[in-house]
Amino acid sequence: MHPAVQGLLTIAIGVSACIGYFYFSNVILDKVIFPARGKHAGRNINRANLIRPWLFLFPAIAALGLYLAYPVVETLRLSLTDRDMGGAFIGFENYRKMSIDPKFWEAMRNNALWLLVVPAASTAMGLLVAQLTDRIRWGAIAKSLIFMPMAISFVGAAVIWKLVYDARPLGTEQIGILNAILVALGGEPHTFLTLPFWNNFFLMVVLIWIQTGFAMVILSAALRGVPEETIEAAIVDGANPFQIFFKIKIPQIMGTIVVVWTTITITVLKVFDIVFAMTNGQWETQVLANYMYDKLFRANDWGVGSAAAMVIMLLVTPILVWNVYNARKEMK
Amino acid sequence: MDNIAGKKSSLTWAVHISVAVLVFLWMFPTVGLLVSSFRSADQISGSGWWKALFPQEQNVMIRTAGPALQQQIDGAYVIEGNLFEQDDLPIGTVSVWGTSSRDINAYKPGDTADLGEDGQLTIAENGDYTLLKTTEFSGSRGERVFLTAKTPPTFTLQNYKTVLFSGQATDKMGKAFLNTFTVTIPATVIPILIAAFAAYALAWMDFPGRALLIAAVVALLVVPLQLALIPLLSFHGAVVEATIAFLGTPDPDNLRRFATVNGLGRLLGFEPGEAVSSKGYLGVWMAHTGFGLPLAIYLLRNYMVGLPKDIIENARVDGATEFQIFTKIILPLSFPALASFAIFQFLWTWNDLLVALVFLIDSSGDTTVMTRQIVELLGTRGGNWEILATAAFVSIAVPLTVFFFMQKYLVRGLLAGSVK
Repeated sequence: MHPAVQGLLTIAIGVSACIGYFYFSNVILDKVIFPARGKHAGRNINRANLIRPWLFLFPAIAALGLYLAYPVVETLRLSLTDRDMGGAFIGFENYRKMSIDPKFWEAMRNNALWLLVVPAASTAMGLLVAQLTDRIRWGAIAKSLIFMPMAISFVGAAVIWKLVYDARPLGTEQIGILNAILVALGGEPHTFLTLPFWNNFFLMVVLIWIQTGFAMVILSAALRGVPEETIEAAIVDGANPFQIFFKIKIPQIMGTIVVVWTTITITVLKVFDIVFAMTNGQWETQVLANYMYDKLFRANDWGVGSAAAMVIMLLVTPILVWNVYNARKEMK
Repeated sequence: MDNIAGKKSSLTWAVHISVAVLVFLWMFPTVGLLVSSFRSADQISGSGWWKALFPQEQNVMIRTAGPALQQQIDGAYVIEGNLFEQDDLPIGTVSVWGTSSRDINAYKPGDTADLGEDGQLTIAENGDYTLLKTTEFSGSRGERVFLTAKTPPTFTLQNYKTVLFSGQATDKMGKAFLNTFTVTIPATVIPILIAAFAAYALAWMDFPGRALLIAAVVALLVVPLQLALIPLLSFHGAVVEATIAFLGTPDPDNLRRFATVNGLGRLLGFEPGEAVSSKGYLGVWMAHTGFGLPLAIYLLRNYMVGLPKDIIENARVDGATEFQIFTKIILPLSFPALASFAIFQFLWTWNDLLVALVFLIDSSGDTTVMTRQIVELLGTRGGNWEILATAAFVSIAVPLTVFFFMQKYLVRGLLAGSVK
């Protein structure tokens, strides 16, 4: 059977199974278990309404529990055990092994660089574009074009930027724009992606290129939400455009800036495809997510791989707590 | 507005120019890939793609037609033709030409070169040539001509034919394209359905533990899916082993291979000795469903909470069941939020590499997806930009189309989805 047919069949089966589940579980609840008639009609309706939310929630809770909550616990367990010794508990041995691996520290250093540069640069660029395009007539088109990389896969972006960074030996025609400019200015061509340390920044550019659009969309909406009166008052008081931007607008959208910043931070912590496709961690460009993939599927070392995954989880946790705290505050 | 006091900001021009520069910078890399995908391998390595949009000066060696085509006119022997057509080049204009590789700038268009006993050669600006001789031409090959010519931009669709239809083992893009669709559609539809019901319960039903569940969804929003890889791969393996134990007996050496198959297993098409991989479409659909659910529930719940309370309460008073309220009122009203999430999930599953690598692609490679195929090409054909650019563009084209047509919903979803 062709996979596409299989896919269609799965949609049909999956969708009808879902609808069937929701429909029949409701019917059974209302008509069979707690029928709304007879002498207990009122009590039955109340009981049915106590159970119904859980009918609606069951598939989602099952999927979330199995595919997201359970793995966190299981990964923690794996990181504390040794697979070769039949899953024996070995304490922090895997973490110790990882901490003496220079590649791990290289990944940590690079991740720290990514965390410093990418969220800051994307947010700043996004803010800049949002502010500039708000003031011109063709702003919507400009925004849409800068937003476009959001739709492109990290792998596609990797190919796009590899062409930009492409290098040919001196004397032949350069087909990568960066080297073409370098050579035209009288320099020598560089293979940018194999230049230790600096190549990290060339990889970061790809993510900044993608994430700026995201930052721009959110911040642009926030900027439009800034009350007119505050700006009018500033103009009347003789503020220049820069003062209006930095002293009136920015403080009022600080909350949104933080949200954008943290969202991009999470993306950065998980970044995998770009490094995997462009350098695969060679030439000192390793990052945590790729390090973990290496350990899990190339070295087949589940212990250290899981330990690396736990490090990513640990780094995400502060943001997780903060998000939950804010969400709860908002609901009250 | 900033210039509310009626004075036109002196910065307006600076703003226009900086936005233009930014847009140019942002578009440039993508356009480069698009243009490259329409150029031949020689063109790509011959010049940067940005030159492809303008006529280019290039040096080519072309042979005139051979003596077989000679005609006798007025007692002289003549070979005529057009050099560009001869070599299947686009018709360009000749700037200079020569007959020896040491002196390729010897003649201007319209000049006549004396080739001694080989006759006289005249080349016009448009590439028309006349080779004239009093005696008969002999041999089998034509005269060599070194041209410096300006050729207009030319583009070809050949790369797309090669990538999609050539059927070569290394260029499985056509297959990968279908596979990607096969992954994407169920992985988009199923979570929407599950999430919609859950979101309704979280938004409009009252029950103990609701606040806790919402908090859990917000927390799961940021859990890196990296943590899920090994546990779930083991889980999928366990499911395969349980299925085999149910439909027959497993091979003692390999629990994921049938030793015998019982009646039910035969009915489902399994055979003794058949191995079942723990990787496959079902696994990847489930994984994408699980990973997409937190965002789906979060987006949909936030939207549904904002729906007017009156409608729902009136319906309740009129005796509608919760199921009816959900399907007849909530779902249609929530269309914008459903569309937002559908686009997110579609883009995410279409562009995904990691989940497909771990849960889908087995050693046979039959179920490869485009992102994986492109990474493969980057490794094996890193220098073949015509293949690489085309393959990448094939995979980018679908999300870009979705993006431009449904941008409104994408923006709306982003605004609702970023945790406030």
